[in-house]
Amino acid sequence: MKFIENVKPDVTTDIVYMMCPMHLLKLQEQIKELEQGQILEIMTDYDGALEDIPAWCEKTGNEFLGMEETEDFYKFYIKKLTR
Amino acid sequence: MKKCYFDHVATNPLHPDALEAMMPYLKEEFGNPLSIYEYGTRAKKAIEDAREQVAALVNSKPAEIIFTASGAEANNFALRGIALAKQNEGKHILVSRMEHHSILNSARFLEKSGFVVTYLSVDNKGNVDPEAVRKAITKETILISVTHASSEVGTIEPIKEIVKVAKEHNIIVHTDAVATTGNIPVDVKDLGVDLLSMAAHQFYGPKGAGALYIRQGLRIVPLIYGGIQETGRRAGTENVPAIVGMGKAAELAKKELQDRMAYLRPLRDRIIDTMAGVKNVFLTGDRDNRLPGHVSFCVEFIEGEAMLLLLAAKGIFSASGSACSSKALKASPVLLSMGVPAGLAQGSLVFSLGSGNTPEDVDYLLEEFPAVIKRLRDMSPFAQGWGDSDKAGECKI
Repeated sequence: MKFIENVKPDVTTDIVYMMCPMHLLKLQEQIKELEQGQILEIMTDYDGALEDIPAWCEKTGNEFLGMEETEDFYKFYIKKLTR
Repeated sequence: MKKCYFDHVATNPLHPDALEAMMPYLKEEFGNPLSIYEYGTRAKKAIEDAREQVAALVNSKPAEIIFTASGAEANNFALRGIALAKQNEGKHILVSRMEHHSILNSARFLEKSGFVVTYLSVDNKGNVDPEAVRKAITKETILISVTHASSEVGTIEPIKEIVKVAKEHNIIVHTDAVATTGNIPVDVKDLGVDLLSMAAHQFYGPKGAGALYIRQGLRIVPLIYGGIQETGRRAGTENVPAIVGMGKAAELAKKELQDRMAYLRPLRDRIIDTMAGVKNVFLTGDRDNRLPGHVSFCVEFIEGEAMLLLLAAKGIFSASGSACSSKALKASPVLLSMGVPAGLAQGSLVFSLGSGNTPEDVDYLLEEFPAVIKRLRDMSPFAQGWGDSDKAGECKI
């Protein structure tokens, strides 16, 4: 897993306490809204996201910048590359 | 025989326009809102339209409205969902003693799970004192839940003032607005609450639809896990017809609110003023600051249940105590917390009026009710006093 600190996201989505498949649905929905090169932060406590989000990025051609872990949840950072 | 329905806090008849709006979704528009073909997209649009209508009624954003199956579910969701979401910050919750069982029993459940709950007393008019809230707050307090108005005594609570105190300490506030939404102005921005529960059948919508307003940005643990309905916060295939009916009822309530209130208040006040002249009858709750169609009394030396039965025999349908506890035949905890003596609290009666009631209905009630009281009092072995330590003369309501 790639860990990263002090990222400045353009958009933040808080889906803490929400289960599968909200992490992927919100990811897809939010990425659509972003401009190319912008960074999305997703806050979630769903463990499945640890595998799913990097895999989703690889599949869709977006860049998974890394994640940060806080006491209560994870923060994932994704850079939009696709149009 | 004449039939007068004075139990609108129990439930209301469905508005014909709401029924009409629902009909297609009970028949040909049966699609699952999650389906991606046209049956689904039309059902989905119907739900989103209803969300806008409900949001407009309480002045929130549509995305802040989560549909539930009832007001009780909304209350459970608010209390348990916020308690679990915030438990790392503290485990203390404040609720009033006036709350509906869906709040009180959720609070008891949380107590069993390690939370600490303080039950706030009310004054003799049924008001929760914001200063009492301030005194009860600890460093551990994460949530305050106070009803907007109790359906039992009708008093409208000072929610804005309670929110002001809570915000000084950064504490989340929920209000159970099941009795008020659609009946008096309810504005989440003006009240300043973080969560607010409502139920469609309390404003001429169908049973089986309720909603919880959740302020944007607030995290909450879902009560029901499953699919992605309601943005993952409340799983389960939506009750599309009921939600559509709730939306229509909300739209009508918003449009007609002032007229409905103006129609009900004089009817209510006539009952209060006339009954004030009947011996041993006491109004419970606040005289003016109460729900527009709500009248509640305690009658000395008589049991509420007996009055209910005799009134029902005359075609007058009302309630004793809280609408859903009248079968339990025990003194109402709400009245006891207001300082009503246990003996007097047995004789509680609630008349709740709605837009179907006419001035003639009120005439009929005012003719029959005193007669029922007289008949029961003549039969009562306690007519000269309860004869035990609970003297009627101690009553100070």
